[in-house]
Amino acid sequence: MAKNDNDVLVLGGKSFTNRLLTGTGKFSSRSLISPMLEASGSQMITVALRRVDMGSKDENILTFIPDTVTLLPNTSGARTAKEAIRIARIARESGCGNFIKIEVITDMQYLLPDNQETLKATEVLAKEGFVVLPYMMPDITFARQLHDAGAAAVMPLGSPIGTNLGLEMKSMIKRIIEISSLPVVVDAGIGRPSQAAQAMEMGADAVLVNTAIATSADPVRAGKAFGMAVAAGRMAYLADMADEQDFAEASSPLTGFLRS
Amino acid sequence: MKIRLNGRTIECRSSRLTGLVREMGLAPSSVVAEVNLEVVTQEKWESTWIKDGDEIELLSFVGGG
Repeated sequence: MAKNDNDVLVLGGKSFTNRLLTGTGKFSSRSLISPMLEASGSQMITVALRRVDMGSKDENILTFIPDTVTLLPNTSGARTAKEAIRIARIARESGCGNFIKIEVITDMQYLLPDNQETLKATEVLAKEGFVVLPYMMPDITFARQLHDAGAAAVMPLGSPIGTNLGLEMKSMIKRIIEISSLPVVVDAGIGRPSQAAQAMEMGADAVLVNTAIATSADPVRAGKAFGMAVAAGRMAYLADMADEQDFAEASSPLTGFLRS
Repeated sequence: MKIRLNGRTIECRSSRLTGLVREMGLAPSSVVAEVNLEVVTQEKWESTWIKDGDEIELLSFVGGG
């Protein structure tokens, strides 16, 4: 049981007892965010920063997020390290805390992250005291470089953003989990609770899910399902499940009934 | 005076940042302001004078993943 005791994810000096990170994008109504957080148990949620629409009386999205939940502003919209750094600084100075999800995207077809620019931004922001969580193409060498650059975790994508395709990158993510001394958060493309559970069973430290929850017909219920799946997958990982094998092995005694 | 606001050149009637946010019809609580690449927190808007040629960004937090 030792492995189960006090199972917390520590990021930037904060302890998280829940390993589902969520996002605020694509909700049909922002008032669903708070009940979704409660149902899922998620303790960290992403937000984005954009130019205002002039004349918009929209309330700040931050007012829809309970104070107990850690904000993870992202640098979406950034196409270079420089832009990502600027967004991170603005987010911190406007009181969003020092967590930042680096997301630098130049490939507008598949929305895949630009690892080179991501590394540059990570180096600068980690030195400035940010808790840097970079969204990355799953690549072992790059995971090591992010570690050396001061990242707090690595966030390899499961499949392209918003696709619900799940763990297309499974084998590479597995290897990153194997070698990484940083927490591994599988981000993007997770479309089903079963896929989230699979990532956790593999030993991922957390998963980040936005689209699948927000675009379901019932985001509160979907959030709950993901929360349960992540907890179940984690529990299975800690239980150290037996390996798969090619041959049958009886679960009942092999002696025939009433025969010896 | 002329300023660059969110990437567009506009004629600004307000002399201070508070006035500009009001002029643009925005709810102050939802706005993050950056003047010439420096973030200006809301308590400083009233004392932030706008000068000709200033580059101002008015931003807000939105949903994102």
